[in-house]
Amino acid sequence: MVEELTWKDLEVGNIVTEAGNGSFRKTGDWRTERPILDKEKCIKCALCWIYCPDAAIKPGEEGYYEADLYYCKGCGICASICPAGAIKMIAEEEK
Amino acid sequence: MSRRVALEASHAVAEAVRMADVDVIAAYPITPQTHIPERLAEMVADGELSAAYIPVESEHSAMSTCLGAAAVGARTFTATAGQGLELMHEVVYVASSMRYPVVMAVCNRALSAPLSVWGDHSDAMAVRDTGWIQVFCQNGQEAFDLTLWAFRVGEDPKVLFPVMVHLDGFTLSHVTEPVILPEQSGVDRFLPRFQYPFALNPDKPMTHGAFGPPEIYSETKLAQEVAFRNSKEVILQGWKEFGDIFGRHYHPVEEYKTENAETLLLTMGAFTETAKLVIDDRRDKGEAIGLISLRLWRPFPFEEFRRTMKGAQLLIVFDRCISFGLGGPVFSEIRSALYDEESRPKVVGIIGGLGGRDMSEENFDYVINRGREIAKKGSDRMLETVGIR
Amino acid sequence: METKAVKFGERLVTTKEFLAEGHSFCIGCGEALAIRLAMKALGENVIMAMATGCDEVCTTPLPYTSWRVPWMHTLFENTAAEISGVEAGLKILVKKGRMPERDIICVAMGGDGATSDIGIQALSGAFERGHDFLYICLDNEAYMNTGIQRSSATPYGASTTTAPAGKFSMGQVTRKKNIAAIAAAHDIPYVATACPSYHLDLMKKVRKGAELKGPAYVHILSPCPTGWRYRSDLAIEIGQLAVQTGIFPLYEIEYGRYRLNADPPKLKPIEEYLKLQGRYRHLTGEQIQRIQEMVNEDYAKIKEKVAAFPL
Repeated sequence: MVEELTWKDLEVGNIVTEAGNGSFRKTGDWRTERPILDKEKCIKCALCWIYCPDAAIKPGEEGYYEADLYYCKGCGICASICPAGAIKMIAEEEK
Repeated sequence: MSRRVALEASHAVAEAVRMADVDVIAAYPITPQTHIPERLAEMVADGELSAAYIPVESEHSAMSTCLGAAAVGARTFTATAGQGLELMHEVVYVASSMRYPVVMAVCNRALSAPLSVWGDHSDAMAVRDTGWIQVFCQNGQEAFDLTLWAFRVGEDPKVLFPVMVHLDGFTLSHVTEPVILPEQSGVDRFLPRFQYPFALNPDKPMTHGAFGPPEIYSETKLAQEVAFRNSKEVILQGWKEFGDIFGRHYHPVEEYKTENAETLLLTMGAFTETAKLVIDDRRDKGEAIGLISLRLWRPFPFEEFRRTMKGAQLLIVFDRCISFGLGGPVFSEIRSALYDEESRPKVVGIIGGLGGRDMSEENFDYVINRGREIAKKGSDRMLETVGIR
Repeated sequence: METKAVKFGERLVTTKEFLAEGHSFCIGCGEALAIRLAMKALGENVIMAMATGCDEVCTTPLPYTSWRVPWMHTLFENTAAEISGVEAGLKILVKKGRMPERDIICVAMGGDGATSDIGIQALSGAFERGHDFLYICLDNEAYMNTGIQRSSATPYGASTTTAPAGKFSMGQVTRKKNIAAIAAAHDIPYVATACPSYHLDLMKKVRKGAELKGPAYVHILSPCPTGWRYRSDLAIEIGQLAVQTGIFPLYEIEYGRYRLNADPPKLKPIEEYLKLQGRYRHLTGEQIQRIQEMVNEDYAKIKEKVAAFPL
C-alpha cells in the first residue's frame, strides 16, 4: 500500500492529516493465543477492558467485555488479571 | 513617512522582527549575535513588540522551541552564530523537512577549534545542505530588508520553508550604518498574517513528524527538493513586491560594473562592499573588471548566476571558509555550476578572511592579481589564500 | 447502544481511544497501556509533543498514525523545548487575539532515555522557565526501541545490551537516576510517580498534572516484556510488585512536599519482583541482597521526606 504512493501523494511536510488512520492495521495477526471469556464467571468489573494495552477489549452486549480479534495480540494480560478467572488463553487455531 | 536612522545591523534585524510583529522568539545568546536577542528582549519588555520571548537554555532548544511554536501557527524568529548554529544542526534539517517557516538571522562566525568569536562563513557553509532558503547581506539596509522579506517568502503557502539571513559577524552585525525604515503600513501591506495551514489544533487532529520507513523516505526527500526548488518563484515574487512597495530592488545575483568585464570577482556578504571599492578603482583606471555577489545562496541561483558570466575570461571566487580536503566551498560550487556551460571563464579560488581576519582593499587587490597569475601560469600551491602567513 | 464510559467505583473512564487500535507496540507492552490510560485522563483538548522512542515509532510510520489528538514529533532530546514552543505559541496567539481562548493541555511525552539522559537539559530548561505543561516520562528503564541499551534509568543489577551481565560484569553498576527528585528540585508545582497497574491512581495524577498551572512531571513505570524479559501477560503483576516491594514507590511531590500514595506496612522481598524478569536472572544471592538493601535505603529516604512535612 505504501509502495503505491509517489512523492506527489505526500502532504506538505509529510503531515498526516487523517487522525488515527493507522487503525486499519490488523494486529490480530500477531497472535499465537486468544482469550476466551466464560460469561458465567464474569463479574463485569471491566478490569480486562482497562488493562488491555491494545484497546482490543471492547464493551459489548449485556455489559460483558470481549476481545476484538481484529486487534487482539494475545498477550494474555486480561486472563492474568481477571479477578474472577473468567478468561482463559487458548492456542490460536491453525489457519 | 519612512525614516533614515543610524542603526547597528543587529538592531536593524531586530527592528525588522518588530515590524513583522513576530509572535515567538526563542534564542540563546552567542557572540556576535547577542545584540539581536538583547534588542528584542528590550522591545518585548518595553511593550514595543508583543511576542513571547523565550530565553531557552541552548541553541538546540532555541530551534526546537521555534518548531513547536511554528507548529501551532505562530510567526517565529531566532538568531545564532558559529557554534550555536552547529549545536542546533540536526534541528535545522528538521525545520526544513517538516516545512516550518522559521526565520533565523545568523551572524556568521568561525567554527572552533580553536575557539573564535570572530567572523567568517564556515558556519554558513556547514548548513548548505539543510534545505533552508539562504541569503547573504552586504549592509545594514539589507539586514533589515532581507529579514522582513524572509517572513514573506518562508510563510507563503506555496513555500513553507525556513529562511536564513546571513550577516558577517562583527564586520556587519556590529556596524552602525544609515538604514531606511519603512512605515508600518507598508510593512503590513507587504507581509500578510501568517496562516499556517496545518496548525496543531484539537478541532482537527493531525500528526506532524511521522517517521519515514525505507518504503517512503526517498519520496519525502524528492518531494522536499521539488518544493524547495519551486520556492524560487516566490523568492523572486517577494523581491518584486518588496521593490514595488519600498523602492529597493533585490535580485538573486548582484552584478556590479560587469559590462564587458574580462575578469569577474565573486564575493558574498559584507566584504562585497570593500571589494566594490577596488573594482571602482580599477575601472577608473580602465580595467575591464567587475564583481558578482551572490545574494541568494540557496536554492542556488543557477540561471541568474550563469547569465552573469557574459563572456568573461576569468572568474575569481573569494571564499571565507576552508572545506577541509576540498578547498573553498563556494569556489567548488561555482565551478560545478559552470561546468556544462558552452562558454565559461577560467575559475580560480582564493580563501581568506577567516576567523575575523579583515579583508582590506589591498587584500582584494592581491586576490585579483594573484587570480590572474593563477589563470595564466597555474598554481603550484596546495591552497590559494590571501592574508595568511 | 455504544458505551460512552465505564464506571470504576465513583469514576467514569471514557471509552474513547485517543491512541488508536492497531498500533505496533509489543505484545503485552506496559508502555502502550500507560499511554492509553494517560490519554483517557487527558481527553481530546491536548496538543502533544513526543520524543523519538517506542512511543513514537510504534504509532507513526508514515503515512499512518495511531494518534487521534494533535501530535508532533521532531527529535529525541528536545521534546520539552518543543512543548515550550507549543505552549508559548498558543499563549501569545490568544493574547494577540489570533486564536480564541481555550483550554488546551500541552503535553510532552518521552521515554526514560529521552527524559533522563539526552533530554535532561531541555527538561530542566522548560521547568525553570515555568511553562504550563505536563511532562510524562514513560520509563521502561532502557533504550528499548533501539534494542535494550542501558540508560541512566536502568536499575542497579539489570542486564542491558550496553551494560550486559558477563563474566566480569553484573550488568548495571550505577543506581537508577532519580528524575522525580531532579524535577522536584526545580520547585515545580507537581511531581508524581505512577504505574499502569494502578490505573485509577495513574489517571488521577495525569489529570492533576494537566490541570494545574505551571510545569508538572509524571513518571510512569512502563514494564517492558521484550527488554525486561518476562512473559507477555505479566505487565500488571510486575507493576504491582514494583510498588509492593518498594522499588518503585508511588508518591507525589507538591511544591517540594512529599506524599506517599501507597505505604504497605511491610514491603515484599525484592526477589519476588526480580525473579520474574530475565534481565535479572544472572544475579547472585549476594547481589540480590545488595539490591534489597538499596531498595530499603531509598524507600527510607522517601519516608524521611514524607515525614518532613507532617500533615
